[in-house]
Amino acid sequence: MNLESNVPEGPLKDKWSKHLNDIKLVAPNNKRKHNVIVVGTGLAGGSAAASLAELGYNVTSFCIQDSARRAHSIAAQGGINAAKNYPNDGDTIWRLFYDTIKGGDYRSRESNTYRLAQVSNEIIDQAVAQGVPFAREYGGLLANRSFGGAQVSRTFYARGQTGQQLLLGAYQAMMRQTHNGNIDLHTRHEMLDLVVVDGKARGIITRDLVSGEIKRWMADAVVLCTGGYGNVFYLSTNAKNSNVTAAWRCHKRGAGFANPCYVQIHPTCIPVSGDYQSKLTLMSESLRNDGRVWVPKEKEDDRHPNDIPEEERYYYLEEKYPAFGNLVPRDVASRNAKIVCDKGMGVGPTGRAVYLDFRDAIEREGEKTISEKYGNLFDMYENITGDNPYKQPMRIFPAVHYTMGGLWVDYNLMSNIPGLFVAGEANFSDHGANRLGASALMQGLSDGYFIIPYTIGNYIAGAELDKDIDIKHEAFNEAAENAQSHIDKLLGVNGDKSVVDFHRELGQIMWDKVGIARNEEGLKQAIEEIQALREEFWQNVRVPGEAANYNKYLEFAGRVADFLELGELMAKDALHRDESAGCHLREEHQTDEGEAIRNDEEYAYVAAWEYQGVNGQLQEKLHKEDLEFEFVELKQRSYK
Amino acid sequence: MAEEFTINLKIWRQAGPDQPGKLVDYTLDTVNEHMSFLEMLDVLNEKILNEGGDPIEFDYDCREGICGSCDLMIDGRAHGPKAMTCSCQLHMRNYNDGDTITVEPFRARAFPVIKDLVVDRSAFDRIIEAGGYVSIKTGSAPDANSIPVDKQVADTAFDYATCIGCGACVAACPNSSASLFTGAKLAHLNRLPQGEPERKKRTVAMVEQMEEEGFGDCSNFAECEAVCPKGISISAIAEMRRNYMKAALAGDEA
Ligand SMILES: Cc1cc2nc3c(=O)[nH]c(=O)nc-3n(C[C@H](O)[C@H](O)[C@H](O)COP(=O)(O)OP(=O)(O)OC[C@H]3O[C@@H](n4cnc5c(N)ncnc54)[C@H](O)[C@@H]3O)c2cc1C
Ligand code: FES
Repeated sequence: MNLESNVPEGPLKDKWSKHLNDIKLVAPNNKRKHNVIVVGTGLAGGSAAASLAELGYNVTSFCIQDSARRAHSIAAQGGINAAKNYPNDGDTIWRLFYDTIKGGDYRSRESNTYRLAQVSNEIIDQAVAQGVPFAREYGGLLANRSFGGAQVSRTFYARGQTGQQLLLGAYQAMMRQTHNGNIDLHTRHEMLDLVVVDGKARGIITRDLVSGEIKRWMADAVVLCTGGYGNVFYLSTNAKNSNVTAAWRCHKRGAGFANPCYVQIHPTCIPVSGDYQSKLTLMSESLRNDGRVWVPKEKEDDRHPNDIPEEERYYYLEEKYPAFGNLVPRDVASRNAKIVCDKGMGVGPTGRAVYLDFRDAIEREGEKTISEKYGNLFDMYENITGDNPYKQPMRIFPAVHYTMGGLWVDYNLMSNIPGLFVAGEANFSDHGANRLGASALMQGLSDGYFIIPYTIGNYIAGAELDKDIDIKHEAFNEAAENAQSHIDKLLGVNGDKSVVDFHRELGQIMWDKVGIARNEEGLKQAIEEIQALREEFWQNVRVPGEAANYNKYLEFAGRVADFLELGELMAKDALHRDESAGCHLREEHQTDEGEAIRNDEEYAYVAAWEYQGVNGQLQEKLHKEDLEFEFVELKQRSYK
Repeated sequence: MAEEFTINLKIWRQAGPDQPGKLVDYTLDTVNEHMSFLEMLDVLNEKILNEGGDPIEFDYDCREGICGSCDLMIDGRAHGPKAMTCSCQLHMRNYNDGDTITVEPFRARAFPVIKDLVVDRSAFDRIIEAGGYVSIKTGSAPDANSIPVDKQVADTAFDYATCIGCGACVAACPNSSASLFTGAKLAHLNRLPQGEPERKKRTVAMVEQMEEEGFGDCSNFAECEAVCPKGISISAIAEMRRNYMKAALAGDEA
């Protein structure tokens, strides 16, 4: 497997501009002749499709939902980072880069992360010009707030709906191109396979989710923007349709899957209330600007939180990390919530929750100000739990939120399959072992607006693609038959256990053994349990209905089948990475206080896995891309 | 653990776009107050599956009230009894043991049924396509702070921009008008300095597309505002009309 990162030579700050000067261009009148497939219409896919179409490419775009505007990105709440330094608090591109690479516990590529920080400012300009109504100060200029892992205010936001507003901006840009005939948009279509001809990505196979029809699409390049795989845990903050299928099927066609074990568990989510629970709801990290996290000092203290006096409260983040306090990075906050709950100090009916308290902020700033900042989140909390957070602290607990791992890509965001580009949460590129808040929106939009549109031209200009093939080529036949037979197989099992039950069981294994904290024994058990569950799935799953119809259970069955393979790879990856880094905490490697201990000597690399088949066990071969740090010094992270 | 109670349901079942549909009775005796309405339907579907039946199809994705996928007509009210709440954010604590609930799709000529409770709302996308954007190209934007925007103007624009495109406004309107949806996007973009240059063209194009899609006229019933899960104000419609009249009177080309 070729893991050449193709990072340009030269000083960090000049790499991207130099690359832009050097890359090949496609002449404007030729772009029309090139088809590009963009799968996914979230921030990454929406921005990529719009920008590629503006440049003149013929774009064909796909999404699962009934409208491009409904991609999971719409749910992002808190904000988007940029190094504008409008508040004049000393922010720079270097600082944003440094915070991001440190936040990721030095497991990402320097050059990619630096470019992300460089491009960040243009994203804000672009969004404002589109009419994205970011929060403003009374003077009419843009407002900022702080997020975890940073000591400057660099987060732009639109109340608690930043993802919605940014996505609508990208969606509208996309619809403008659809109107002009430059984008051919297909909603309610699910990609089921990648078509590779002569070693290059040349098309995809989709299922029309309304009619069930299997369709073939050809192109000069494919851009995968299909989001993250957090739903392998069944319960997560991701939207219900978020899945790994497109990425996994590319993996099965030869694309390396990088760092699958890096999963971010978000510290502030509404705790689980019962078996019927279908998803977990995030309470934005921005709440940690004003909310104070605490548990009672007394174990199993069942007093009402408002009756617990100040001196009997344990503000564990403020005490342990005086410099960052409640704004430590997510991995640190989640781990500490688990530690206090494991010690018996957790609250609520299950004892698996901590308090997030706004009492002091309300006293200081008044209910009105707090409501202006977080009103919709408070309402959402009350709606779900029946409790009023203006009157008593919220109860929160960590939940699976984001996946840093994903398909391996080089500096151009191209996978090891030429012509297959991967953007947004679906790639592994910029966040290392932990992502800082407000940086996924930044990455998705940077990939889609400002990187892929240029790097794809470089590829297409030099690709020398076979012009004589069409969708009747044998590679298309084989892939279409493969997609159809997978569906037939799912419908043919005819067992008596539902898809949801399998998914829930898989999620439980993942949460218990491949979750916040992992150890060798648990990971080995997880691998065996997942294998057994997968075998049971193929013998006993019941998928109702038929293939040629709208059939959500069938869609989900296909996704769960892929999760049942991915889950094993995640456990394998977590087992092989015998160190702690960022969100990947191996219990064997931690300080007395539960901080991750990295092993830079042996593990400063990207683990990219090559699929080799599944036969009872998942066969995967490990490849390594060594991470070289030319410009930053690797240090033990400290937020004290 | 919260106590379980029983809910009776009458749910619209329709095999496909051109098939007849009807309300079918179900009873679920394992409901609890912490379940969301959609989780209650999930549990019902598992029960139907166990009994060898065909599960009920309905749209959803985020289950957080933001993607606009969920779209249930619950006891004749779009998104059910609770104000400013999507179907997915409605919780069963709003119901009592023994209640009977009728669940139907969002109905409108422009929203044909696909299956059961799932409808086709692509007409909304085509209204946005007609002009719901600012025509700028990636990379051509000036510095974000080069044009200050009055905080109040920005906040009002935001209020209109929070529309999630669910279609409740259309489903609630006796005329199946899409005026609140269209008006909200216009009110968002038209009042910002970035959207001003295309104000007239945008207004005319979107209004005309809305008519072409087969949505009805607005007769000021205000049912849309009452069911809008984001509380979007009906003033958007008046503003849209004013802008449309002005553009039409001026004889500007669309
Ligand atoms: C609740 C929540 C809040 C968040 N808040 C923030 C925040 O404040 N700041 C921040 O920076 N980040 C935040 N994040 C993270 C961020 O929202 C996501 O990482 C990001 O939006 C992902 O964007 P994307 O474009 O990569 O993918 P997505 O938005 O997930 O889009 C995936 C697209 O791919 C399509 N798709 C998937 N599979 C297929 C297939 N097989 N065939 C066809 N189409 C397919 C889908 O239909 C969809 O259009 C949040 C995440 C969550 C869950
Ligand atoms: S499912 Fe997203 S708004 Fe209800």
